[in-house]
Amino acid sequence: MPDGGDAVLDVRGLKTVFRTRGGEVHAVNSVSFHLKKGELLGVVGESGSGKSVTMMSLIGLLPSPPADVRAGTVMLGNRDLLKISPDELRDVRGAKIGFVFQDPMTSLNPVFTVGSQIMEPLIRHLGLTKDQARSRAIDLLELVGISDAANRLQSFPHQYSGGMRQRVMIAIALSCDPDVLIADEPTTALDVTIQAQILELVKGLRQKLGMAIIWITHDLGVIAGIADRVMVMYGGQVVEQAPVKELFAHPQHPYTRALLKTIPSLTGTRAARLQVIEGQPPIMMAEPASCPFCDRCAHVFDRCRRENPVRRGIDTRPVGYGHDVACHWTPEAAVA
Amino acid sequence: MLVFTLRRLLVAIPTLLVISLVIFLLVDFAPGSPMSEIPLTVPPDVRQKMIAALGADQPVLVRYVLWLRQFFWVEPATLFDGIFGTHLAGNEQRILSWQSRSPVFSIIGQRMPQTLTVIGTAYLVGILIALPIGIYSAYRQYSWFDQLGTLFAMIGFSVPTFFSGTLFIIVFAVWFGWFPTKYDTTLHVTDWASFLKQLKQMAMPVMTLGLANAATISRYMRSSMLENMGQDYVRTARAKGMTERTVVLKHVLRNSLIPVVTVIALGIPSIFGGAIITENLFGVNGIGAALIGAIHANDLPMVQTLAFIFAVLIVTFNLIADVLYGFLDPRIRYD
Repeated sequence: MPDGGDAVLDVRGLKTVFRTRGGEVHAVNSVSFHLKKGELLGVVGESGSGKSVTMMSLIGLLPSPPADVRAGTVMLGNRDLLKISPDELRDVRGAKIGFVFQDPMTSLNPVFTVGSQIMEPLIRHLGLTKDQARSRAIDLLELVGISDAANRLQSFPHQYSGGMRQRVMIAIALSCDPDVLIADEPTTALDVTIQAQILELVKGLRQKLGMAIIWITHDLGVIAGIADRVMVMYGGQVVEQAPVKELFAHPQHPYTRALLKTIPSLTGTRAARLQVIEGQPPIMMAEPASCPFCDRCAHVFDRCRRENPVRRGIDTRPVGYGHDVACHWTPEAAVA
Repeated sequence: MLVFTLRRLLVAIPTLLVISLVIFLLVDFAPGSPMSEIPLTVPPDVRQKMIAALGADQPVLVRYVLWLRQFFWVEPATLFDGIFGTHLAGNEQRILSWQSRSPVFSIIGQRMPQTLTVIGTAYLVGILIALPIGIYSAYRQYSWFDQLGTLFAMIGFSVPTFFSGTLFIIVFAVWFGWFPTKYDTTLHVTDWASFLKQLKQMAMPVMTLGLANAATISRYMRSSMLENMGQDYVRTARAKGMTERTVVLKHVLRNSLIPVVTVIALGIPSIFGGAIITENLFGVNGIGAALIGAIHANDLPMVQTLAFIFAVLIVTFNLIADVLYGFLDPRIRYD
C-alpha cells in the first residue's frame, strides 16, 4: 500500500445493489477510497449519486433486503468489515465508527430522554455502569457545547432545538472515541447560522480528539471550508478525487467543473442566471458500460458511450493519493 | 395534567346528562308495556294499579328526573351504606327492575362477576396473544410467520363468534370431551379441584372471544410497529451498535405501544358490556345476557340503567386513554 500505511479506513471495489421489482439497481459501483488518521474527507455529489449509500454500506446500516453489499473490502485497521459477523459489526458501529445523520429532528427517539440515548452506547460498548455513563454523558454534552448539561440530560429530544439535537447526535457519535466519524449531510437540515456553529464545533472537536472524518454534503462551500481532501461521486462511482485546494483550482472532470459553476456567487453580476447542470443523474439498472455522466456531458465523444472510464492519476502519485479523475476526455484530446 | 383531568371531568358532566336524556327518551319511546309479561287474565283495573305502583303512569320527564336522582344519589348512597354501615340513603326508593321487582344494581352486582371473569380473561388473553404476534409479524414482514399471523387475524376478524363458539363446542366438548358445553354460574372456587373446573368451563368462551380480540389488537400492533420500524431514530439506534433486541423491543416497541395502549384502554368498556352472543352460547349468566333478557321483557329501568352505565364507562375510559397518552408520550403535555 503506497504511502497509505497510516490509513484508518481502506475501502476497495465496494459494490452495493438494491433488489427492486423492476430489477437490480446498482447504487454503488466499484468505489475505492481510503481515509488517513485525523483526515477530513469531503464527499460531494448531487442527490442519488450514491454518497450516503456508500457510507451506510460500510457498516451494514442498509436494510437487507433490498440492499445487498456484493463485493469489495472495507478494512478498518486489519479487519474487513464486510467479512466479520453481524455481532462483531455491531461492536464496531457506535464504538469504532460514529455516524451522524442528516435530519436531527427525527434521528433521536422521541420517548427516551437525551441522557439515556447518550448513555446507551457507553454502557453497551465501554461497559460503564449507569453512574459512570451519566457523568461521561455530561462531559460529552459539555464537549459539544451544551450548557447546564447535568439538567439537560433529563430533557426529551422535543425540548431541544434542531441545532442542539444535532449537537446531541454528534455527542452520541463521539461517545466511545471512534476512529472514524461519518457525517451524512449533518448541516443540510439546519439554517445557515446553526450550520456555521456546527461546522465550527466539528473543526474544534477534530483538533481536540483527532478522529478521522468523512463529511458527506452537496454543499461545495462547506467542503472548501473544512475538508483536507475531496471525493466527487456521480452515478455510484468516484469520478474525481483530489486534495481540496487542488480540486478547486484545477477541476478535471466535466461534472466537477459543472458543480463548481453551480455555486452562486455573492460578488458576481447579479443579473447572471444561476448555473445548473441539465438533466437527471442516471438510475443504473446494470453495471454501467458507458460513462454515467455521458448524457449530460458537454465534452462527450464516442469512447464515453462505449467504455466506462477508470480512475487515472493526473499527477505522478498513485490513484487515490494525489489527484485522479475517471474521464476519457483530456484537454489534449479536445485539441486532437 | 391534573388541570386537564379536572377540566375533562367537568366537561363529562353535561355530556353524560345529554346522553342520559337521549337514552332515557329513546328507550321510553320504544313500543311495549311493562305489563307485557303479566298474564292476560289479570283485569284491566288491576293492571292500571300495577302500572301506577311502578310509577310508570307518571309523565316521562318526571320519571327521567326521578331516575337521575336515583342513579346519582340513591344508588351511590346505598353502596356507601353497604360498605360503611351508614344510613345515608334512608328508605329512599332504588331503581327497580320492572321484571324482577328487585333493585337493578343488585342484579348488576350478581351478573358482573361472571362477565368480568370470562370476558375480562378473554380480553387479557387476546392482548397477551396479540402483542407478540404483532411485534414479530412486523419485524419479519412478509415472512411465513407474518403470513400465518395475517391469516389468523383474518379468521379472527371474519368468523363470527356464534360460528367459532359452536365449532369449539363441537370439537372440544362433543368430540374430545375436554370442556363442559355449559358454563356453571353456581360454581364457587374454593380449592384446587374447583379452580381447575372453573378454568375448564372458562376455556371455550375465553378462546372464542380471545381469538376475536387478538385478531384486532395484533393488527394494530403490527401496523404500529411497521410505522416506527422505518423511522430515522431506529437507524440511529442501529448506528450506535445496539443489538436487534434492544432496537426492536426497546426503541421501536416503546413508540409503537402508544397508540396500541390507547386502543386497548378504549376497548375496556366493552368488557363490562358483556358479549351477548358468546354469553348466550355458553350459558354465561353475565351482563350481556341480563341486557337481552331485560329488552325482551320491556324492563325499561334495567335497559336504561345498563345503557347509561356503558355510556359512563365509555366516557371514563376515553378520559383514561387520553391521560395514558400523556404519560406514554413525553411530547404530549396537556397543560
